[in-house]
Amino acid sequence: MALDKDTIAKRIAQELKNGFYVNLGIGIPTLVANHVPPGVAIEFQSENGVMGMGQFPFEGEEDADLINAGKQTITTMPGASFFDSAVSFSMIRGRHIDLTVLGAMEVAENGNIANWKIPGKLVKGMGGAMDLVASAENIIVAMMQVNKRGESKLLKRCSLPLTGIKCVKKIVTELGVYEIISEGFLLVEYAPGVSIKTIKNATEGTLIVSDDLKEMSFS
Amino acid sequence: MINKEVRNVAAALEGVEDGMTLMLGGFGLCGIPENSIGALVEIGVKNLTCISNNAGVDDFGLGLLLQKKQIKKMIASYVGENAEFERQMLSGELEVELTPQGTLAERCRAAQAGIPAFYTPAGCGTEVAEGKETREFKGKMHVLETAYEADFSIVKAWKGDEAGNLIFKGTARNFNPAMCGAGKITIAEVEELLPAGSLDPNQIHIPGIFVNRIFQGAKFEKRIEQRTVRSK
Repeated sequence: MALDKDTIAKRIAQELKNGFYVNLGIGIPTLVANHVPPGVAIEFQSENGVMGMGQFPFEGEEDADLINAGKQTITTMPGASFFDSAVSFSMIRGRHIDLTVLGAMEVAENGNIANWKIPGKLVKGMGGAMDLVASAENIIVAMMQVNKRGESKLLKRCSLPLTGIKCVKKIVTELGVYEIISEGFLLVEYAPGVSIKTIKNATEGTLIVSDDLKEMSFS
Repeated sequence: MINKEVRNVAAALEGVEDGMTLMLGGFGLCGIPENSIGALVEIGVKNLTCISNNAGVDDFGLGLLLQKKQIKKMIASYVGENAEFERQMLSGELEVELTPQGTLAERCRAAQAGIPAFYTPAGCGTEVAEGKETREFKGKMHVLETAYEADFSIVKAWKGDEAGNLIFKGTARNFNPAMCGAGKITIAEVEELLPAGSLDPNQIHIPGIFVNRIFQGAKFEKRIEQRTVRSK
């Protein structure tokens, strides 16, 4: 069965290693924070200027001066720090962040990503996404593999304006886990109960099935 | 001590004219110079170019200037929270330059630091890099971005003193420090303005040399854009 968004996040959380500084984008990536494996010490950065972000505040304890990049009220963990936007992107551009998880509208088999603009329609802007994808060494895309119209988001080429080129390394969707290799999307894990045929049908780009293919596990 | 204090917001904004370029601090509605924005609406200056990470919401922040059609061009990284902005942009009334957030911050910082341009990998291979110089460093392409030129930088801080020294609070710091001294004249509005000597020099985030005018804001609404809580 295809995974729900929270289970996608749970799978991605397995990529969190002890000592990682992590930047989570808006949407499914945000949910990753709920599944940090026990005993793994990590700090979450929000690019508006906080390292060591904690949970949402209890009602009545919201602070207008303490928000995340999604403009939501947050709290901080012991050891947290605040900094300005230039310093924040020094962490990102300077490759001090160990893992970036972000959503996407489209990913191409060469690692290109589009997630900021639909021409003539939605105008939101790229925020920090272009800086993040251009510099991060370890980028995981968290997204639904098929859009609302039933079309694949894993493509030969992106059709939307790009956010970054040849930068995505790994993708986790409701159907599987993929690594970008020179030949295309390498399927390394499938969601429990999902057939390879279903995955092939949901992948417009070149799909290669790994010799070490296994079922996703969540423990 | 060189005293930077001005009487009020009107005195702080003296010299702001039609057609000028303003840099305004804040991320979303957090850490925005709300007293100055309110006064700009009252003064009614038009054809402004505004450099700010976001464009406010429809009825707060820079959205107030948009409502009155005072902004000719907006330079920002993310504008998703503002329907009037989107309408003006799609209809062509408003010129918009979307720029990566880190590039926006660094273009401010470069202006502050006297660096005319810098190379960044952000936006390479995308429409952001179109028409710009690119160059390879260590096997990777970078795009040349220039320092912003602004007539005024308008920032918001938590505490300040008469000497113009500033301390920010929480994530309300955001773009404010990098914008100080980046425009020709820097205006700082603070929640609490103290006599010189009241702030510990060890704790100053922005030294007063980067600030030309400082005043205590009459009122701070500090609106929360996405109030998100968990249950006890």
